[in-house]
This record gives sequence, structure tokens and C-alpha cells, in this order.
Amino acid sequence: MTNASVVNRRDFLKTGAAGGVALVIGFHLSASAFADQAQEQEKKTPNPFDAWVRVTPDNNVTLILGKSEMGQGIMTALPMILAEELCLDWKRVKVEQAPTNPKIYDHGTGGSGSVSGSWLPMRRAGAAAREMFVSAAAARWNVSRDTCKARDGGILHGARKNFLTYGELVSDAAKLPVPDFNAVPLKNPNDFTIIGHDTRRFEGQGKATGAAIFGLDSRVPGMLFAVIARCPVFGGKVKSFDATKTKAVPGVRDVFAIDPVGQGAFTAGGVAVLADNSWAAIQGRKALQIIWDEGPAASESSASLRQQFLDNAAKPGKVVRNEGDAGAALAEATKKIEAIYEFPFAAHATMEPMNCTVHIRPDCAEAWVPTQAPQWAQQIIAQTAKLPPEKVIVHTTLMGGGFGRRYQADFVMEAAQVAEVSGKPVMVFWTREDDMQHGFYRPASYHHFSGALDAKGNLAAWKHFQTSTSIEAMWNPKGEENPEKSEFATAAFIPYQTPNYRVEYTLAKSSVPRAWWRSVEHSTSGFVVESFVDELAAAAGANPLEFRLRLIGEDRKIPDFTNLKEGKPLDTARLKGVLRLAAEKAAWGKPLPKGVSRGISGYYSFESYTAAVVEVSVKDGAVKVHRIVYAVDCGRPINPEGVRAQVESAAIYGLSASLHDAITINGGRVEQSNFHDYQMPRIGETPKTEVHVVMSQEEPTGIGEPGLPVVAPAMCNAIFAATGKRIRRLPIRAEDLA
Amino acid sequence: MATSFTLNGKAQSVDVSPDMPLLWVLRDTLNMTGTKFGCGMALCGACTVHINGEATRSCITPVSSVAGKKITTIEGLSADGSHPVQQAWMEEDVPQCGYCQSGQIMSAVALLSKKPNPTDTDIDDAMSGNICRCGTYQRIRKAIHRAASMQAGKAKSAA
Repeated sequence: MTNASVVNRRDFLKTGAAGGVALVIGFHLSASAFADQAQEQEKKTPNPFDAWVRVTPDNNVTLILGKSEMGQGIMTALPMILAEELCLDWKRVKVEQAPTNPKIYDHGTGGSGSVSGSWLPMRRAGAAAREMFVSAAAARWNVSRDTCKARDGGILHGARKNFLTYGELVSDAAKLPVPDFNAVPLKNPNDFTIIGHDTRRFEGQGKATGAAIFGLDSRVPGMLFAVIARCPVFGGKVKSFDATKTKAVPGVRDVFAIDPVGQGAFTAGGVAVLADNSWAAIQGRKALQIIWDEGPAASESSASLRQQFLDNAAKPGKVVRNEGDAGAALAEATKKIEAIYEFPFAAHATMEPMNCTVHIRPDCAEAWVPTQAPQWAQQIIAQTAKLPPEKVIVHTTLMGGGFGRRYQADFVMEAAQVAEVSGKPVMVFWTREDDMQHGFYRPASYHHFSGALDAKGNLAAWKHFQTSTSIEAMWNPKGEENPEKSEFATAAFIPYQTPNYRVEYTLAKSSVPRAWWRSVEHSTSGFVVESFVDELAAAAGANPLEFRLRLIGEDRKIPDFTNLKEGKPLDTARLKGVLRLAAEKAAWGKPLPKGVSRGISGYYSFESYTAAVVEVSVKDGAVKVHRIVYAVDCGRPINPEGVRAQVESAAIYGLSASLHDAITINGGRVEQSNFHDYQMPRIGETPKTEVHVVMSQEEPTGIGEPGLPVVAPAMCNAIFAATGKRIRRLPIRAEDLA
Repeated sequence: MATSFTLNGKAQSVDVSPDMPLLWVLRDTLNMTGTKFGCGMALCGACTVHINGEATRSCITPVSSVAGKKITTIEGLSADGSHPVQQAWMEEDVPQCGYCQSGQIMSAVALLSKKPNPTDTDIDDAMSGNICRCGTYQRIRKAIHRAASMQAGKAKSAA
């Protein structure tokens, strides 16, 4: 293992399924160590009957899912791809979670990359199995392979009208040589009967009956339930504690301290209380008397962070991108506009609080983990238990929300530490307060924009200065290497043409943990770019849609500035396509009921194109969102119904960021604690959401996150249309509407 | 001290601390994990069950307070997901992560028992205590309307 850092999420999440490369995060327990560089592992193409398809002689077909289901519908989408190439009857298909085995599966689930990364590998695996069935049938009948065809879970020999089910063929088929995955014939997309068709989620019944098992529902004989008292100040430690009263709480079985684990896991350490049931553990924790060493972070606050932003903004930043001479163009501009945008930290607030159940025995370990990164969980438990990873069985459970939070391994590390000491099976679970106050937050940031228009209303200059706490810096042991890579993806990569383009960045220091929050940097980049271009349109006296289309310009492919080598270029035709489609479906330009106004935005993220038209009204210092009309182009939609569901979901998550989400810091600790002071949108705030999916034939791309970045800017652009007020900080405050 | 109540139509007795919330009795003592823990403060509705027919947040309900009462949990709606509200949930493909949906369904069933044909405003009022971080609210509305017409259809055919 080399000592390079794991920093960029693109690398971190690199599933590389198509290239057969897995990323395994190495891990050390010492506080000085950090998440080691990916250990790149060559993967052999497995026999599909060992990895992906299980057929019993009575013809029950089970497809194996190598990714984690957190609500995004991957338990349906990936098996649909396999089933398509296997020519199965979808109604008869069962799906099962894969065992954790990074030698076979690319488990890591994030970055809206599961479908795009698995599209070809799953098709090839399904096609290989299908061809093996064909060969087995041809041999059985002693006929040419060309005369045999896969259909509805079996092989048909046309001339003889013979039919053998896969169940009848599997014992022969599984023994055949595996076809070359790069050469195996794939179905003609015109013949697809599953891909591209609306399909209900596979595990829907379990989720409507309470039978679905989430991490927190894991039950193991003899298990204990544990909570951990963590220092409320980030980076603080236990100085001493008295557990006398805790041990007197009925049901409490054990109390001990665990150490914080640094770079990579980022756990707080603290005092663990183990009990017969969750309630006793919570009560026991309340009775603890702990003296904390709060450490240096105790002086940090949202106010001190904002002062740091202002100080940083008073000086030039590190130049991220520079074309032409934005300074000179701004100096001599006919029309010049400036705007400052600000964002607080935001919490993921998954409905299921963090939890992990681990049982460490002398010779092996077993764990039940709601995780987006089972391979990482396995590594951490293995290292804590001093076992080889293959001796650690990790069951990936359903997740009650992920949104990036469950890509972290802090909650796994804690459970491994507690289980190691206890020797019993232990579930470490977090209360809502733990979850709200010890998370990894969407970075807080501050943006200063300057733009210039020439006499013809063209964009003469675009300058963007950003200072923020950084995800990248969190993961880099030196804390400083290229934070602009993770903070800036599309802010330094805009579709709008200008001869003078300058982007600067200054890292702000903070002890508040940061990580990937749904849509990551795009949640803020999308807001600032799509708000500022709207401000420019207004300054130019132009229609916001027409202005965007004109500035995007002719059909072309813009290289991905953040990843010139591997990034997919932005296809301006597709971006203009979704802008026009959303506008058309929302009747852009047509009259609206009195008091209702529209705003628009369009954005490229996770290789997908989204546009939204939002209709709002503003009354008595409150904004009401009436309707959101989306157009999305995520390449070929595997499950259009699933795509719509994800975008509807991102709409509400984006609404949450616009109206509510704010984690504030005082005394080095989070001020919010539960849903009374960290509000979520509720059903009454829900606008009518329409999602128009482009039935593209391009390669499929991401959809779990791309619906989010367009919500806040389109909404705030609509507020401007309604009131003339520009919203430049989120969440929206009543005083900013007045 | 033992507390006795009726759980999903069957007599149940538990010997736990009387201040233990019903949520944890269901989940940890009885291993009925369909009822979920979300906030512990009656703010999110994930723990919703019916006590004598009323939608109640089990996370703040001490088990001593349900002595002698009738409790229905998600597991008690139907053994096979055949309850009209569950059916409507599946047909509208409501759940995403699904974690909040037991509570959503229990709130919806309680609403429909009082208002068999609710308006959107009735739905917003009755369901406002249930948070869904995946934002499935639009489908929840549709599913409640669908369940209402399914139940109306059943009532009609029974009449």
C-alpha cells in the first residue's frame, strides 16, 4: 500500500466495474494514520453462476445484487439489467444481497454511479449466462447453437418447438467455459422488454408490511444494545468518567471508554453503555458523569467561521481557472454585477439513525451493517478484530436512507471497538441527537461573484471567488491538497460562454467534519451558478430561458474541467434539450394565476442533465412552492418509474436545503439536536412535482443526485420574479423576502 | 412488573420497567421491528402505532400507560400485505428507503378510519407528523386517495 491520500470522491467511489478494478480502502488504527491509498486489485471475471445468477433445478431464479439499497432503487434497476440479458420473466425473479466479497463485487454505492458503472458489466454477466444456457441446450438436443433461443427463463429450439427451463439446464450450463465478457453478444436494445419499462421496486412489499429488515432491525441471539456518550465538542476527549449511577440502571451490562480513531474513520471515541435493550442503554448513558477535555475546537462558532470567510474573501484566492482577463473586462464593463452567496453546514438526517451490529469471535467475525461501503466495513472490522478480511462476514442490510452519510465508516469502527471489548454480539446505535450532532456535514461556503455584460448583452466576464470548509481537506492528511477539486466541480465548469473566466478558491479551516451530502458540491455550485446567470439575465433585461440558451450557444461538447482525462464532456445539446423540455411542459411564458411566478434552472451533474421550472408565491414573509416541472436526461432510463421517483425525492431534499437545512456551531458543538430545530419538509409543503424523462439511447448515467441542484436556484429565481428580491443565502429567511 | 395489553388481537404481557416506551418494548422485548425508531421525541412519526384505534407515537408512550388497551402495529394490519392501504402503497410504489413507511401507513389507516374519503387538506393535516426524508409525500397522497377508493369499492360490493 502506498501512502497517498484518498481524497477525491470520484477516485474514492471509483467502482471501475467496467475496467475490472476495485477500490479497497486500506485502514490503520493508529490515530496518526489515515485512510490509505486505494489498493487496486485486478478482478477476474467470475463465472456468472458463482456471482450473479442462482438457478435451482425447480427453476427458481435469484439474481444477486452487489450494490447497497438505500432507497435509490438499485435493488430493482441492476437486476432488471441482468434479467433483460438473461431473457427472464421479471415477475418470477427474486433478488438477494451479495455477500461482501470485494474480490468479486464492486460494493461501494455512491456518486450516483451504480447504474452507469454496472450497465455494461451486468449486461455482459447476464449475456454470458444466457449464452451458457444456449450452449447447454444445444448440446442436450444435439443441435446447432444458432437454432436455440433464450426466452422467458428457458431455451427454445424453434424447429422442434422444444423448450427447456433454465432450471433444467443449470447443472450443465454452470460447468461450461465462461464466454469472453468483451465479446459476448448483447441484446439489441430494440428487443428490450424489461429495460426502459416502468417497474415497481422489488422490495416494495416488505417496506409496506414492516417485514423489511434495516440495520437497526438486526437481531442476534444474546446481543446487547449500546449507545456511546461522545464529547459534544468536535475533537474533544474523555478526561474521566463515573459510571456508578449508570451501572445501577436495570438492564445495563457494561460500561467502558473507547478511543477516538482519527484520519479515515473520524470517530469521536467516548464512553460506551451496553445494555439488554435500547432503552436501558439510553437511560444508562443519561446517568453517566463525564468530565470532557473539550480541546481546541471549543472556540469555533458559525460566527467565527463567517469571519474567516470574510477575511479570506478580502484577499485573492488560489487561481483554479483563468481564461482571458476577467479583471480588465470587469473594469471596463458596460454593466457589472456582483453577488455574494452563502451556505451553512447541512446534515444528512437519514430517517434510520446510524447503527452497526458486530460479533467478534476468536476466529471470525460477523456484522450486520446498513452501509454504502460494505468492503470498507469489512476491512475495519477485520483490522479491529485482527482477523483476515475473508474471516469477516458482513451482511449488508437495507438502509433507512444514505445520501452519502452511510459511505462513512465511523459508526462501523465504533461498533467494532465495542464488540471487540465486549466479546458479545453488540449493536451500537445512535439516537437522533447523536446523528444530528456527530455527523459529517455538507460544507459551509461563501461565494463572491462578479460578472460583466457588454453592450450587446453578452457575457464579457465571469469571476467567482469561493471560500469553504472542504471535504477534500478532511480526507487529506495535510489538509490542503487541491480542495478546489472537491468543492468546485461544476463551479469551475460552466456551460456559459465567456472570453474572460476566472475562478479562485481559499480553504477555510474548521473542526466540523465534512463529507458527501446528496449531490455533494453540486448542491451549492448549482445554486450559485444558476442564480448568478439569472442575475445576469435580469441585468441584461433578457428572458432567463432565452439568455441561458444564448450563452450556452451552439451544440458542442465541453471538456470536464475537473477531470479532463476521464470526465464525460458536457453535451450542450442535451443541456439545452432539458431546458427547452422543462420550459415547454411548464408552459414557460404563458400566464400564471395571480401572485404565482416562475423561475428556471438547468444543470449538468453526475453525467446527467436536469432542468426545472419552479412556480412559487410569496406571502407574509413565507414562500410557497406550488409546482416543480422537471426534465431529466440521464441517458437510457433503466426503470423510468424509478428515475421519476428519484427526481421527486431530490426535489424534496432540495426543498429542504432551500427552506430549512442549517447546522450552526457554537462553542465547537452543533446547536441543533432533533427534528424540532432541524426541520424537514412535511407533506403540506410538498409541491406538485412532474418529472419528464428523456427516453434517450445514450449510455445510462446518474439519477440519485442530479435532481437536487436545480431546485433551490429555480425556486429563488422564481422568488425574484415574484418579488424582485434576490435570495443569496440558504436556507431562505423571512427577512430576505421582505 | 408485568404489563398486559392486547397486541394485534392477541393477549400480551411483558415484564419490563413501567417507564419503558412502548416502542422499545415492541422492538427489543418482543422483536417486532416493523415499528421504527426515528427521533424519540414524537417529532417524526416513524414509531406510529394505534392505541385503541388512535394513531400514537410509541416512542414517548410509557408501556404502563397502555395496560389493558388494544395496540395495533404495522404487523397487525394484515399478515400478507393485503390491507387496502398497504396495497395502495405498493401500487403507487410509495416507499423509497422505506424506513418511515410503517409509521406513514399507520397514520394513513387511522385517517381513513375517521375520514373514509379525505381531501388533500385532510391528508396534509393528518400526515403532517410523519417525516419522509426521501420525500415520497406526493405518492403518499396518491396512495391514500387510492386506498380510499379501494375501501369505498369494498364497502359498496359488501352492501
